Amino acid sequence: MKRIVENKHPLAIRWFHWVNFPVLSLMIWSGMQIYWANDTYKITIGPYTLVTFFPEWFYKTFHLSSRLADGMSWHFALMWLFIINGLLYIAYTFISGEWRYLLPKRNSFSEAWKVVLHDLHIRKGPLPMEKYNAAQRIAYTGIMVMGVGSALTGYAIYKPTQFSWLTTLMGGYESARLIHFALTIGYVLFFIIHVVQVAIAGWNNFRSMVTGFDVIDEKA
Amino acid sequence: MDNEQKTHMPEREALTNEQQIRRRTLKSFAWFGLASLVPYGAWKALAGKPLVDGIPEKLRAVLNTNEKIAATYFSDQHLAPTYAVSEAAKKVRVNGSEGLNDDFDPAAWQLKIDQPGKSLTLSLDDIKALPKYDLVFDFKCVEGWSQVQHWAGARFSDLVAKYDLGTRTGQKPTGETDFFKHVGMVTPDEGYYVGLDIASAMHPQTLLAYEMNGEAITAPHGAPLRLLIPVKYGVKNLKRIGTITFADDRPADYWHEQGYDYYLGL
Repeated sequence: MKRIVENKHPLAIRWFHWVNFPVLSLMIWSGMQIYWANDTYKITIGPYTLVTFFPEWFYKTFHLSSRLADGMSWHFALMWLFIINGLLYIAYTFISGEWRYLLPKRNSFSEAWKVVLHDLHIRKGPLPMEKYNAAQRIAYTGIMVMGVGSALTGYAIYKPTQFSWLTTLMGGYESARLIHFALTIGYVLFFIIHVVQVAIAGWNNFRSMVTGFDVIDEKA
Repeated sequence: MDNEQKTHMPEREALTNEQQIRRRTLKSFAWFGLASLVPYGAWKALAGKPLVDGIPEKLRAVLNTNEKIAATYFSDQHLAPTYAVSEAAKKVRVNGSEGLNDDFDPAAWQLKIDQPGKSLTLSLDDIKALPKYDLVFDFKCVEGWSQVQHWAGARFSDLVAKYDLGTRTGQKPTGETDFFKHVGMVTPDEGYYVGLDIASAMHPQTLLAYEMNGEAITAPHGAPLRLLIPVKYGVKNLKRIGTITFADDRPADYWHEQGYDYYLGL
């Protein structure tokens, strides 16, 4: 028999999550348009270039070239939504007590390995039943910290004279820009893993992020 | 009869559970679908025409609001970090030659200053007669690169003070509100022009520079006199100043017309 479990994801969290999705997507898109104007980052090992950020086909595919002015105006408009939504999310998480499910526990870092091995089908056996497992706790807390990092490094590049103390705190202008960029790559990697995990977890799990309730199949 | 009907009724518990799940899922997803029209609508509204100076008017409005917010915490006490002369780049990056046409005679150059009810013409020696300041700071281009550079020249605020410029009365200011709201600068050929808010122009690090790395500025860098304004992106640092104007309305700005923010404050 199927049983409804209410309030798996509170309404507020669902809102923050789904508002963030289009906003962050557009922030990344406009951010890439800005980055295009000085696209100097790459990953190299000795003389070998592993990854170039970004190859020409990438800019072409996503229409990112020669749109610095566009990118800046979108980025500096949507940043407010990103920051306000993020602050509300963090505030809600801590005021409502949701942080208890979200923050890593003392054993989360050792437990997280078990989760990874389990997900890769290397380790058999069930995981402990919890709203969020150890790997999720680390990932979801990490993404929150990354959000704060993006806002701070973003402001450090946005107003490096008026907030020069912040720019200094972020390691200087160039460093702040690099961190800001690296965090963005982090979001994209997070997104890929997140979507794969959601697909594997199945319909019921996905539904709960929209409806809020969970359905448990109880064998009578 | 009554009893028979009752037995045909499925168990209330089971029915409500299965049905509830269905109904609530449908309802939630219907709302979800409706709600996703909001970001779509917001996108349409923000990206909608008409364009104002190259970007949608709503985005332009946000940028203008950002300027108001930035102006509230702007302070001329907030200085751009400065560096040792030894840290400055020997090879200073050249970016952009708009407004620097070839038929220009540096020897005949004069600085024109125009404001309602007042105008004057100054020579380079007049600028050099003002106190000279060195500035080694991290020059920041709107493209995203930056470079520590060494410049020297006179403070814009010293020029304003010496010649009683920028006030609506044409006299010495009695308060900040006496000043026109904006400063405009134009190259002699009028091929490049910038507009600045008066607060940024009067910032103590805003220089009318005539030296780079201890020598006279070279032509590609804006000889004989150029603007250095660390509270703005590089595009505002106009080379080869021809005319300086004061006005309440925003003076024309080259890159603003191409879709960039007018303020571009750092």
